[in-house]
Amino acid sequence: MNDTPDSEHVLTIKELSIAYEPGRYAVNDVSAAIRRNSITAIMGPSGCGKSTLLRAMNRMHELYPNIETKGDILLDGQSIFSMSVIELRRKVGMVFQRPNPFPNMTIYENVVAGFSLNDIRMKKSQRDDIVEEALRNVALWDEVKESLYRKGTFLSGGQQQRLCVARAIAFNPEVLLLDEPTSALDPVATSKIEDLLGELKKKYTLVLVTHNMSQAARISDDSMFMYLGELVESGRTEILFTNPKDSRTEAYLTGKFG
Amino acid sequence: MAGDRITKALLFISSLTILLLSAGIILSLAGGAVPAFKEYGIGFITSTKWNPTAGSEEYGAMSFIAGTVITSILALIICIPMAFSTSLFIAEYYRGTRTAGILRSLVDLLAGIPSIVYGFWGFYALRPLLVSTGLTDQGFGIFTASLVLAIMIVPYATSLSAEIISMVPSELKEAAYSLGATRREVIFHVVIPSARSGIIASFILALGRALGETMAVTMLIGNANIMPRGLFAPGNTMASVIANQFGEADGLKMSALIAIGLLLFLITALVNALGKMIIKRFA
Ligand SMILES: Nc1ncnc2c1ncn2[C@@H]1O[C@H](COP(=O)(O)OP(=O)(O)O)[C@@H](O)[C@H]1O
Ligand SMILES: [Mg+2]
Repeated sequence: MNDTPDSEHVLTIKELSIAYEPGRYAVNDVSAAIRRNSITAIMGPSGCGKSTLLRAMNRMHELYPNIETKGDILLDGQSIFSMSVIELRRKVGMVFQRPNPFPNMTIYENVVAGFSLNDIRMKKSQRDDIVEEALRNVALWDEVKESLYRKGTFLSGGQQQRLCVARAIAFNPEVLLLDEPTSALDPVATSKIEDLLGELKKKYTLVLVTHNMSQAARISDDSMFMYLGELVESGRTEILFTNPKDSRTEAYLTGKFG
Repeated sequence: MAGDRITKALLFISSLTILLLSAGIILSLAGGAVPAFKEYGIGFITSTKWNPTAGSEEYGAMSFIAGTVITSILALIICIPMAFSTSLFIAEYYRGTRTAGILRSLVDLLAGIPSIVYGFWGFYALRPLLVSTGLTDQGFGIFTASLVLAIMIVPYATSLSAEIISMVPSELKEAAYSLGATRREVIFHVVIPSARSGIIASFILALGRALGETMAVTMLIGNANIMPRGLFAPGNTMASVIANQFGEADGLKMSALIAIGLLLFLITALVNALGKMIIKRFA
C-alpha cells in the first residue's frame, strides 16, 4: 500500500470515485497530485463534486453513512484509508464555507479546541503559546489579544473565519483544506483571507475549493477544473487559465456555464 | 376587499373570545378562592391542616403543595436519565436511521396513551410489583405515583429534547470532526453543550406536565390529606385532592379547593413560562 514517498507531492489522488448513493458518482475516477507548499484551487460549476473531493482528503466524506469510495489517496506516500481518521485529520485540517467557531467557547478555547476535544492535556503556558502563535499566523492576534476570553461569536465574519483557520492550524497540520472559505465574506474580509493564504502556504499545503475564478487566478499556483464529477483538466494556474486544453475548461473560464 | 375584512374580523373575534375565556377562568377561580383566603389569609398556603368536620372546619394547602412538588420532582429525577439518553439516541447516535424512526414512533405512541390507562396499569401491574419488594404494604404512595408520573412524562421530555438536539448545527459537529474528535467527543463536547439550555427547558416543561397530572396520580398516591411522611407513605397532590373532593364540597371547603386550583394554575403557568423563555432564548 505504501508507495515511495514523493517529496514534491504531499497528496496523491489515485483513481478516486465517490458515490453518495450506489452507482451515482459525485466524484468519478479522479487522479491528481497536490504539490507541497502550494495553493491548489479546485474549480467548477456548482454540484460538480468539488466539496466531495476536498472532503475525501481528510475522510470527512465518510460522515455520510452510505457513502461508497473507490480508489486511494496517499498522504506522504501512505494511504489515508489505512490511517486512523483522528491522526489523519490532525495532519489534514479543514476550514468551512461558513465560519463556524464553537459558540459556547471563548476565542482562546476555540483556538485550542482541537486539543480539548481530544482530551489532550497541556500546561497552561504551552497552551498560551499555541494560541498566540496560531492567532499571529492568521493575523488576528493584534485584533483579539485583549479579548481572548470573550466568545468567538462576537467577532466579525472575517475575523471568525480567521479564527477558524487558527483553530485548524493549531495542530500544525501538513495540509489545510478550505471549502469556499470566503464565499460568506465581504470583499475586504475576503482580500484579508486571500493575503493570509499566500502567507500560510510557506508553512502548509493549501487546497482551496472556490467558485470564484478570479480568486483562483489571483492566489493559486495550481488549478483543477472539475465538471460532472470528473477532473477535466489540471496544471499550473497560469497555463490552465491562459491556455486551457479542454473545450469545457475554456467554456467555464469564459463564463459559458456555472 | 370585503372578503378580507370579514376574515380579519372573524379571526379577531375568535382571538378575543379566547382572551375573554382565559380571563374569565382566572377571574372565576380568583373569585371562588376569596372566602378561603379571607378566612385563613396567607396561612391557607402554609397550613398543613385539612379538617372538613363540620364545626371544627380547617383548611390548608401545604400538604398538597408538598405532595405535588415531591411527586413531580421525583418523577423528573427518574425521567431525566431515560429521556436524555433516549433523545441522544434518536437525534444524534442513530439519527436518520430506521431504528431511530421506530423508537421515535414508540415514544409518540407512549405520549398518546390516556392518563387513566397509565393509572390503571400502575394500579394492577406496578403496585403489586412494589408490594412484592416488601418496601410497601399496599403499594400506594408517593413513590408509586412518581414512578408512573415519570413514565408518563418521559415521552414528552424525550421528543422535546430530541427536537432540540437535532437543531444543533451540523457545521459545528463537522468542525469538531475535522479537528479529529471522535463521535463520543463530538457528542459530549459539542452537541450537549450547544443544546444544554434547550434540554434543560424540555425538562422544565416536562415538570410542568407532571405538576398538573391528575388521574393516574389519584389512582396511586393513596389519597391521604396529610403531609407525606416518607417515600412509600401515602399523600395527595393538589390536582388529585380536587378530583377526589369536589363532588361533595360546598361552602368553605369548595372555596379551599378552588384556591388550591388557583395555586396549581399559578405554579404550572410559572414553570411553563420559565421553560418557554429558555427555549425561546435557545432558538
Ligand atoms: N449528502 C449528500 N447526499 C447525496 N448527494 C450529495 C450529498 N452531498 C452532495 N451530493 C451530490 O454530489 C454532487 C457533488 O456535490 P458537491 O461535492 O457538494 O459539489 P460542489 O461542492 O462542487 O458544489 C452533487 O450532485 C450533489 O447533489
Ligand atoms: Mg461545495
